[in-house]
Amino acid sequence: YKDVTSISCVGCNSVEKKIYVNLNYTVPCVRLLNATHQIGCQSHLSGNVGVLHVLESEENLDWVLHSGLTPPYLVILESSLFTRSIMMKLKNGSSRVAGVAVVTPNANPSQGTSPHTSCPNENTGVYTENYDPTMARCNVTVWNPLGTGLSYEEFDFPIFAMKEDNDTQVIRQCYMDHNRAGNGSTPQYPLCAMQLYSHMSAVTDTATCMRRNNINFSLSPEMVCDPLSDFNVWASTRPLNNTAKGHKEGESVVLAAARLDSRSFFFDIAPGAESGVSGFVALLAAAHALRNATQEAPPPRNILYAFFHGETFDYIGSSRMVYDMEKNNFAVDLDNIHSVLEVGQVGLHAESRLWLHSDPVSRKNSSVNEEVKKLILRLQSAASGLNVSVEEPGFSQPLPPSSFQRFLRARPIPGVVIEDHRSAFTNSFYESMYDNAEYLNISYPPDLTPDEQLEYVTDTAKALTEVATVVARTLYIQAGGAESRLGSINADPQMVTRILYGFLVRSNNSWFQQLIPSDLVSHLSESRCFVYYLLDSYGRAPALISPPTLLVQYLLANLTGSTVNVSQDDCWNQRVEEQDKESKHMYSYLWVQGAAPPNSTERVGFCMRSAARLSKALSPAFDLHEYTSKDYSTWTESRWKTIKGRIFLVASHELEMLTLGVGVGVLLTSLMLTYIMSSKADILFSSGREPANATY
Amino acid sequence: MTASVFFGCTFIAFGPAIALFLFTIAREPLRVIFLIAGAFFWLVSLLLASLVWFISVQISNKDSAAQQKGLLVFGVVLSVLLQEAFRFAYYKLLKKANEGLLTLSQEETMPISIRQLAYVSGLGFGFMSGAFSVVNILADSVGPGTIGIHGDSQHYFLSSAFMTMAIILLHMFWGVVFFDGCEKQRWWAVAAVVASHLIVSCLTFQNPEYVGSLVPTYVILFLMGVWAFYAAGGSLRNLKLCLTCKDKDFLLANHRPR
Repeated sequence: YKDVTSISCVGCNSVEKKIYVNLNYTVPCVRLLNATHQIGCQSHLSGNVGVLHVLESEENLDWVLHSGLTPPYLVILESSLFTRSIMMKLKNGSSRVAGVAVVTPNANPSQGTSPHTSCPNENTGVYTENYDPTMARCNVTVWNPLGTGLSYEEFDFPIFAMKEDNDTQVIRQCYMDHNRAGNGSTPQYPLCAMQLYSHMSAVTDTATCMRRNNINFSLSPEMVCDPLSDFNVWASTRPLNNTAKGHKEGESVVLAAARLDSRSFFFDIAPGAESGVSGFVALLAAAHALRNATQEAPPPRNILYAFFHGETFDYIGSSRMVYDMEKNNFAVDLDNIHSVLEVGQVGLHAESRLWLHSDPVSRKNSSVNEEVKKLILRLQSAASGLNVSVEEPGFSQPLPPSSFQRFLRARPIPGVVIEDHRSAFTNSFYESMYDNAEYLNISYPPDLTPDEQLEYVTDTAKALTEVATVVARTLYIQAGGAESRLGSINADPQMVTRILYGFLVRSNNSWFQQLIPSDLVSHLSESRCFVYYLLDSYGRAPALISPPTLLVQYLLANLTGSTVNVSQDDCWNQRVEEQDKESKHMYSYLWVQGAAPPNSTERVGFCMRSAARLSKALSPAFDLHEYTSKDYSTWTESRWKTIKGRIFLVASHELEMLTLGVGVGVLLTSLMLTYIMSSKADILFSSGREPANATY
Repeated sequence: MTASVFFGCTFIAFGPAIALFLFTIAREPLRVIFLIAGAFFWLVSLLLASLVWFISVQISNKDSAAQQKGLLVFGVVLSVLLQEAFRFAYYKLLKKANEGLLTLSQEETMPISIRQLAYVSGLGFGFMSGAFSVVNILADSVGPGTIGIHGDSQHYFLSSAFMTMAIILLHMFWGVVFFDGCEKQRWWAVAAVVASHLIVSCLTFQNPEYVGSLVPTYVILFLMGVWAFYAAGGSLRNLKLCLTCKDKDFLLANHRPR
């Protein structure tokens, strides 16, 4: 019966509660590996403990790195101080740095900053030394001039992100109470400290960690890393026989491509509003706009919509699709592709101008050049009468980082990439956690319910609708459709604003809930739905599909497909009726939960038939077991056990040693006293003893 | 805090008990058996007390702090009374066992005297009580943090360790005095043991005023130690003899066989 502590706490360990305050929201930076490097952060197996220090300015770093008396320090940074110069200095002084915690603000900073490299995917695009030495390595245009490359540095201490919430207030208060040196005097123990756990199992590079994955000595072998993999989503306006892979005679396909994913410095935060979402939302809206036209007056060529995943990490999705096409493992192959139109970053177009990028090297071939010129003319005619203008950059410039580059590596296909920047990115938060709805100026009037917000058409949505209309009309004419129908092809701003709301503000909305089956509803979290790559335990089937990819698949099915009157059981089995064995080759059937009719609460589900399918987006390097490949992406993500953080007070080393000394002293003294007393026991306890009866 | 605090506090709390065990009990198997049996008796008393307390907490109003505090006081008092009751029960059991052992064994003398049994059983109670008091605190002292982020005193671990050492030694002294009182039918001695146990337990309600709870506890420890010394057959004369190293002469003069 020691302390009358938390009386109400019957079942918990109240001593631990008196010592530690556990942090609720902890987002680490994790370790990724490729063929040659490891990037990201690492902590000790038992966590990194450091005395808290809130960094006030770059000069204050001197305290952490040189003059502070109680290393190692755990530095708390405001987001404005999370710059390359400060992080590099901390990295170099890492014996005195136990970790870094970055406080992410609620509003975006005013200065643009991008943790990505300044030349994204420079080794796996089409511009190598062989292709054109003058254009390799961003010699002509540095695409991401604000890029600091922080995401690709290696740190041997953990770096966590925290929100501005109660926990951060507790941390600041603890620092103010205990660690703040007043007037140049040194702070006294006990000092406030923090411990961060983010131990990563994989080291060195992909080849090492894949080799260690395959060690089978123990009964329960442990995997140390996973290759990055997810699924591409694709659909065609005329259904293609997906079971008969390889070249399809007579099929000429216009490929409309966009990318799905993005990333940031920290794990699992990847809003990617301008870097990814703007592009694929425009393409989804274009696919929806083309649904009626391609049903009623099908153009001669097929249109294949492809949404690639993993493009941030050296074009995982597009390289896999090209590889599948080359190996006759896809519904069409490269000879079937007539041309490519890719929608890149289109969310920020200032002055409503879009820029059409093409590859000057392949255009040296006159036939390719002709086709590209025709495509550009069609784009310009599609944009006439709309509130957006399209132009070429006007000088010889390589393609920006885009999935089209991987297709060019295989064949010189004519194609154009639509972007909102003439040369360098206008996106000042490329692949950063600040590339969110606020950056795209998606704002709603106050006092709207979530359902009203879902339906409200923002200005961003209107602008993106224009882009989608241009893309849709161009695709129609490019596929050989009649110019007379162009006026009727228009993207729906209502659709665009709903999709933007779902992917950038709240994914658990009533519209998304109608489009997905009931077992997927739990994956729609209340917070924003981040489009991101997901890992797959290599070789484990069925592979995990991330919720955003599934959402895009169901969306694409809804926007390009149609409802059919099929029972749920048949729908799940990809058939129209009991005996049907043919439908599954051409169509995919998806059962969705639908909406509840006005007078009841039970949802009425239905079956959606469409040509929307998934194709695996795992880098070919892992199928070929070429883990040091220079041609394909070799990115893997390390596995980890615990990610958590907690704050507490630490006592001085002297006090601890004093406690140990006192303990040893007590032990030795009692040993000595007891020995003396027991050896003299018969003398000491002799009085009152019965004679000859008792023994000692 | 760290391993050094863990070992420091362990040695403080269990140092005297380990020393006593090593030098006086470990070599005699009979004493070890009775020590463990004593520990078990304490454990059963704790089980009963905690059962009653748990049930009473479940049926009480969990939100009222005053009621919870009252329940805790009730729990403490009940546990002290139960421990002493089990000490008495153990005494009765040992008396019966000793008679039985005597009839069974070939020897004429008792293998273990009631005084030794008092000492051993008191130490057994002390070991178990100390273990339950301090082990979970020691487990948390291994981590990197120390108490204080919510404003509690920093000396929690140290004061817990010292309190545990006092409790272990106190149990040993109470055992000696209790059995002696029961042997000689001096019931006021038994009542004094119970009363001092109650006082020491209730002193812990003073925490986190560690000075207020530790100093009186050590005073009571010293007093009980003196009483137990006299009850076990010691006297001031013997102490003087030992300290001035005249014991050998005393032995020779009395021709005591060794």
